[in-house]
Amino acid sequence: MSESLKIDDLKATVEGHEIIKGLSLTVPKGEVHAIMGPNGSGKSTLAKILAGHEDYEVTGGSVTMDGDDLLEMDVDDRSRAGFFLAFQYPLEIPGVSNANFLRAARQARLPKGEEIDAVAFYKEMYAKMDELGMDRKFTGRSVNEGFSGGEKKRNEILQMMMLDPRYAVLDETDSGLDIDALKVVAKGVNAMRSPERGFLVITHYQRLLDYIVPDVVHVLFDGRIVKTGDKDLALKLEAEGYDWVKDEVLASA
Amino acid sequence: MSATTQIDGTTWMDKPPVQDTNLEMPEWYLKFQQDSWQRFLSLPLVSRSDEDWRYADLKKSRFEKLYPVKSTTVPCSIDEKPFENAAARFIYINGQLQESDVSGIPNGAICAPINNAVADAGDRLEAYFDIDAQRLGDEKFAALNGAATNYGIFVYTPKGIKIEGPIVVQHYISGDSAPVFPRTLVISEDNSEVSVIEQFKSADPKEPGLSIGVCDLHAEKGGKIQHVLVQNLNESSKQVHLSSSHSGKDARVQSIVLNLGGAWVRNESINRMIDEGADTHLYGANLATGLQEFDQRTLQIHDAEHTTSDLLIKNALYEKSRVIFGGLIQVLEGAHHTDSYQSCRNLIGSEDAEINAMPGLEIDADQVRCSHGATSGQISKDEIFYLQSRGIPAEEARRIISCGFLLEAFSNVGNPELQEWLSGMIEKKFDTIS
Repeated sequence: MSESLKIDDLKATVEGHEIIKGLSLTVPKGEVHAIMGPNGSGKSTLAKILAGHEDYEVTGGSVTMDGDDLLEMDVDDRSRAGFFLAFQYPLEIPGVSNANFLRAARQARLPKGEEIDAVAFYKEMYAKMDELGMDRKFTGRSVNEGFSGGEKKRNEILQMMMLDPRYAVLDETDSGLDIDALKVVAKGVNAMRSPERGFLVITHYQRLLDYIVPDVVHVLFDGRIVKTGDKDLALKLEAEGYDWVKDEVLASA
Repeated sequence: MSATTQIDGTTWMDKPPVQDTNLEMPEWYLKFQQDSWQRFLSLPLVSRSDEDWRYADLKKSRFEKLYPVKSTTVPCSIDEKPFENAAARFIYINGQLQESDVSGIPNGAICAPINNAVADAGDRLEAYFDIDAQRLGDEKFAALNGAATNYGIFVYTPKGIKIEGPIVVQHYISGDSAPVFPRTLVISEDNSEVSVIEQFKSADPKEPGLSIGVCDLHAEKGGKIQHVLVQNLNESSKQVHLSSSHSGKDARVQSIVLNLGGAWVRNESINRMIDEGADTHLYGANLATGLQEFDQRTLQIHDAEHTTSDLLIKNALYEKSRVIFGGLIQVLEGAHHTDSYQSCRNLIGSEDAEINAMPGLEIDADQVRCSHGATSGQISKDEIFYLQSRGIPAEEARRIISCGFLLEAFSNVGNPELQEWLSGMIEKKFDTIS
């Protein structure tokens, strides 16, 4: 079996309400898949379940990462195992500098007793910040505090670059971005596309997919994948909206 | 290094714990000491009905049983000498000067042990020793310090002089029940600038020590004073530290307090903005664990137009610790166009910990912008989730977030080396919290 992030018949509830209702999709390593869907279809819920947020209860199905059961792992174990979620709304952590935050995340990947090489770490971080057009002053500033929407999203991509995941889920990374910021973020993501990595890009708008061109597009509606196609499917959704998908689903129900 | 103190079987209630300085002190100072002693004797012990002691555990403020001095010669290792760029450095053990270096003090400025300064200054310093100075409930302790001051630092920066690098004063307390009575006096003349960093430590991890200190800052026209008080005594020791500042026209005082150690600590801070453009910043962080109690009372007095002040105190509480904050902003009559802020924010890390925050405001002027408030809460689950999602284990995430919460108190200090030193000590204490 080829390596993949495999979601199989996933069901999940939040506060007793079923939000994900038997969702299946597989992102093989090396591919970029997009999930599109109308508001309330369960896109962000899916992202948080994959990352392990405790507010969501998985009631059925499975998620495996290269064969390993992702749902069995703690949140931090998932990250160290190679899973990454770029948050739609990155948190602000007052008093914790960006550099120290990233350093702690990298340190957590080292065996006990081993110390991070600070010089090499900063060199790498600066290089990646340059790629993302981030000012060096961001290293000393508190994580996301007082950052603009675009700066926060860039910071998510910086974290992704520094943590080098096997599978990355980008949750509405385009929301709140102007076109220039979008291009920078997309460039960062494209630079990380590789046969060794899979992406799941969640978005409401097709616009992002002009810059991060997906191999496969899935449409999420009412907690299930109801349609899968290539990038042209995204263009059709952009042009015609989601109503025709809803109609198809209702007609087949 | 070691310090020798003399045997003395009497308690404080019998006679004043004055040490012979071998200096000829001016008349006014001897009178100040004697009057202070009489005042100490005549003032009642603090009681529950005293508003300035609301929520305090009064038992912890009773020290009559302690002896003024202890009879042994005690070893004491100086484990760190922070700030390589220090303009001056003083290391005291039980009030005895062990080491001093004033090589970075420019001509015209004075940086000297306070007893020597008083002996040398004739009556020029008399005005700075005010027996009736306003206090926030600690009159009796202030009087005791006045009677017993046995050491401390005097700093004077004349007009236009900037002292490059901080003046670093390390106060070690060594020996069982050893008390010290330090006094700091900083006078910054027009457009001069100085930074004084004071650190309190115990020589031994267990022996209960006591410090009852007074610190007065006077910044004249355009003068700038930064004062840093770091208290990391052992957790059997107690400290009372009474600070005041006077800021003149366009003067700027920045006062930083970090409490890590101590069984019981009482800080008073009275800050007056007495002329236009005066500006005071107070930044405090307290990391309370075990059975520690930190009790802080502050007063920001705006006594002129167009003055500003900002107070930010952040407390993190664990286990069965207690923190009390009583703060008041007073905008006096005629102090129009005042900008004054006061914020006390608390992170509660244990169900058994207790915070009592009493922010307050009294305004008797027009066109004033003031805000005051206190907030308490726990670490948000979403913040932990965010750090965890980057591979940081939950416990480590909690530690990082809590540490950041406290450090934020110092985010506007504007001196990276100082911030790093403070953060290093905070992190070190967090490492001991399970």
